[in-house]
Amino acid sequence: MNIVVAIKHVPSTADELEINDEGVNLDFDEVDFTINEFDEQAIEQAVLVKEASGGEVTVIGVDVIEELDGVLHTALAKGADKAAKIVGDLEPPIDSHTQARWLADAIGGLTPDLVLTGVQAVDDLDGQIGPMLAAYLDLPYVGVVTGLSVSDGTATVHKEYAGGVMAEFEVNLPAVVGVQAAEKPPRYAPISKIRQMAKSADLEEYEADENVGDSGCEIRKMAKPVSAGHAEMLEGDAEEVAEKIIEILEERGLL
Amino acid sequence: MDAGLDKVDAIWEKETAIIDGIDISGPWNRMFEQRVIWEYTPELIDKVADLPGAESFSWCYQCAACVPVCPVDMVGDYGPRKLYRKAQTGTDLQSADDLWLCTTCMNCVRVCKKVVDMVQIMPAVREQAVLDGFVPEELQKAFEDTAKYGNPLGQSQRKRAAWTKKSDAPVPIIKDVKRPVDVLWYVGSYPSYHPRGIDAALAAARIFHALDIDYAILGREEKDDGDSQRLAGENGLFEMLAEHNISVFEKYEWEQMVVTGPHEYNAFKKEYAKLGFERPIQHYTQFLSDHLDRLSPLLTHEVQAKVTFHDPCYLGRHHGEYDAPRALLNAIPGLELVEMGRCRENGYCCGGGGGGMWLDSFTQNHTTMRLSERRVLEAAAYGADILAVCCPFEVSRFEDAAKSTGNDQLRVLDILELLDMSMRGEI
Amino acid sequence: MSNDILAITEHLNGNVADISYEMVGGAKELAAGFGGQAIAIMLGSGMAEQAGTFASDATLYVDDPALAEFNPAAYGRVLAALVEEKSPRLIMFGNTSMGMDLAAWLSVKAGVPCVAYVNHLAVEGGELVATAQIYGGKMAAECVPAGDSAIVSVMAGAFPLDAGQGSTAAEQMASPVSLDDLPIRFTRLIMPEAGDVDITAQEKLVAIGRGIGSDDNIELAEELAEAMDAVLAASRPITDAGWLPKTRQVGKSGVSVKPKLYLMLGISGAPEHIEGMKDAEFIIAINTDADAPIFDVAHYGTTEDLFDVAEAMLEKLE
Repeated sequence: MNIVVAIKHVPSTADELEINDEGVNLDFDEVDFTINEFDEQAIEQAVLVKEASGGEVTVIGVDVIEELDGVLHTALAKGADKAAKIVGDLEPPIDSHTQARWLADAIGGLTPDLVLTGVQAVDDLDGQIGPMLAAYLDLPYVGVVTGLSVSDGTATVHKEYAGGVMAEFEVNLPAVVGVQAAEKPPRYAPISKIRQMAKSADLEEYEADENVGDSGCEIRKMAKPVSAGHAEMLEGDAEEVAEKIIEILEERGLL
Repeated sequence: MDAGLDKVDAIWEKETAIIDGIDISGPWNRMFEQRVIWEYTPELIDKVADLPGAESFSWCYQCAACVPVCPVDMVGDYGPRKLYRKAQTGTDLQSADDLWLCTTCMNCVRVCKKVVDMVQIMPAVREQAVLDGFVPEELQKAFEDTAKYGNPLGQSQRKRAAWTKKSDAPVPIIKDVKRPVDVLWYVGSYPSYHPRGIDAALAAARIFHALDIDYAILGREEKDDGDSQRLAGENGLFEMLAEHNISVFEKYEWEQMVVTGPHEYNAFKKEYAKLGFERPIQHYTQFLSDHLDRLSPLLTHEVQAKVTFHDPCYLGRHHGEYDAPRALLNAIPGLELVEMGRCRENGYCCGGGGGGMWLDSFTQNHTTMRLSERRVLEAAAYGADILAVCCPFEVSRFEDAAKSTGNDQLRVLDILELLDMSMRGEI
Repeated sequence: MSNDILAITEHLNGNVADISYEMVGGAKELAAGFGGQAIAIMLGSGMAEQAGTFASDATLYVDDPALAEFNPAAYGRVLAALVEEKSPRLIMFGNTSMGMDLAAWLSVKAGVPCVAYVNHLAVEGGELVATAQIYGGKMAAECVPAGDSAIVSVMAGAFPLDAGQGSTAAEQMASPVSLDDLPIRFTRLIMPEAGDVDITAQEKLVAIGRGIGSDDNIELAEELAEAMDAVLAASRPITDAGWLPKTRQVGKSGVSVKPKLYLMLGISGAPEHIEGMKDAEFIIAINTDADAPIFDVAHYGTTEDLFDVAEAMLEKLE
């Protein structure tokens, strides 16, 4: 069983985000990058499948700001067997279409039985890479998956709908699955193990093909959504305040 | 059947036993015989004691002196002696919930005749547990946040100096000062990010400024000291942070370091020293009490309050500093200092040490009340208006505890805040 | 190339999802700007009646047993064929579990740009302007997709529901492509187990904190929540005290929630709590402490007594 996990290195939204001088994206010099949180779930699910059904897990991502090594070492410490990165003269933002194209080129050569990826990421403006990988690799795709087991060339997946309803599908392998949540919370990688990986692990490198087109989804303006700051304080006695709250809720269609 | 078991059977029960004319025949009369120690398995004791640092676990002779001084036993069923006994009877400490209850307060080591050192044993066993993937969820989150953001609160590393914007006193950042300074102030994670910690940091800045101290902070370059994470079993994380911090400390020129928190004091003084970092370090209470001749005249406003002081484990028992905080409190005019029963060497623990800060819900499931709540009840019983502290872990812990125990009248203030009040007259 | 807009509708268990009507309503508005038609697309089996409930200019209903339940492979095949045939100006998906399987996939298959997480759409001088929420909702990005065709996946609530409801007769057709040998097979729906409610799945939460004072006051909060069609959540002290089950706890050691409404009673806003609710769409805080940090996070606030306000609200709602 050859499992590949495609990951994204994305701006950390824990930070206060600043907009660049052109006003069309983030000031990427002023933001830390982190692994997409759903990709952490995908890695955990991959390791769980490996533990249940055997196989090998390869984690691969585009090295957008040349700081992906730590993320890959962490994945190895959590139980991945191999890690690879797509490198080149890269600079953020790199849209999902481009990342998916590069990833598909690399993953195609790995002849995977199962490709896992996070169901979405915070910078997916032009769409999620999971369904794109499936389209480029011509493989079936199911996303928003919270349960996955594999037997005899078939994956059984649980896909989450609203309100706690789930659908079960059987998917022929190879396939791409977009993971919403692993069956267990992502395990902890002790730093000493990560540091050991940093010393010993070989990361495979793939050269990014600069000739692939972009997504055709150019941002002409980026701004912080209105709101934020201090709450607007409602004046008056309890009766008046209650009335105002109900009014506001009704206006917003919340009552 | 081997000889050992024969022997056990032979003394397990005397069919007829008459002692001093009283017939005590029956299975329970074994107490009049030699203790049958070979029916216990030593394997699980050895499993602990074989770990580097945890050797003293096997020295325990079950005298139980540690149990009545254990702050966790006071609100639950714990105590270092019991860990040894449970290991004898089949509990593997490495996978037991007990492993995470110790706050490394060191009160047991203080009274232990055999010097069974839980402060060494706990991190050693916990490290194995962490490596084997057994970490309580809350603690895992704190580890992950510390690894990712450089602080256990999960706040942005870039915002580490954001609190200085609220300061009316100047807070120089060493990178910008571009010259040697007398004092490098290591602020710490909670004073940098937690709202109540920031209050203490702002007070410290005003006091340093009023004393005309030539100081600077590290700003964004500062990361958590990592010592509590080490005590909670994440030694790799500690090493990573220590390497970072030491390289930053050594990048700049300064005469001495002042730290806000006792845990950082312990980290730099004891643990970073093992990594080769040996420079003059003081806790802020020590530093300010050394400057009391210049500080006292500035304390012009009375603080009319009955104040009791909670000795932080990592300043008191771990480093023997009991007087400096009291000297500062006694210098505040109008303030009446009352001592609680559990003070100084026998001071109670707030529950935040050794990773307890990030095991609140976990510990809650194994105790009748929080350690902080137990402590607040004691402070209230002494009629204190204010519970004074000098460890950044404690303010929020005790404030929560005061509310949850219905002691809202009890204010919890850092000594820095009390000094600042006396200096400025704002209460 | 046409100027038509396709709104790809959704249904589950025979019920049309609200977002379908929202999209149809939005499509009508935009179709006027493009000078084309708003076409509702429904894929299903035995859904002819439901296919006739849209206010679209036209509705196309593809009926096939293989389309009875959502299946990304089957739906993808049909939609790719329809898009190729119709060359629409715009294809709208819901940014939902179903839409997220298809929008980006179709973007690659059809070679059409895609904008995800869209909460506003407009036509300006014949151009489509899509505004998307990205970076965890911290930024709004305004995009003009290149070319003369685009795919968007729109957030729930981006358009009003009622504008899309109507009675346009649906044109029923068989699948334009073979749906044999699908690599994905639907096997069953799994309904949620009866048990305590999942607060992460709620649209409206009334959250109570220490300020509620005692166990006896929970009832008032519960009544208010009920009157608002909301569910009760709590900060740590409440679940610690056992007044509400642990499943209701929001925050660091509880769960993170992103409801449409988060009404807070007596929560001051410790960082540990804020971490779990800061992404709520709309936050109202009732707390007597004017300096409580929660007011930096909330959209509206009041320092009036929570019991007085809650009782007054309850009275008015009943």
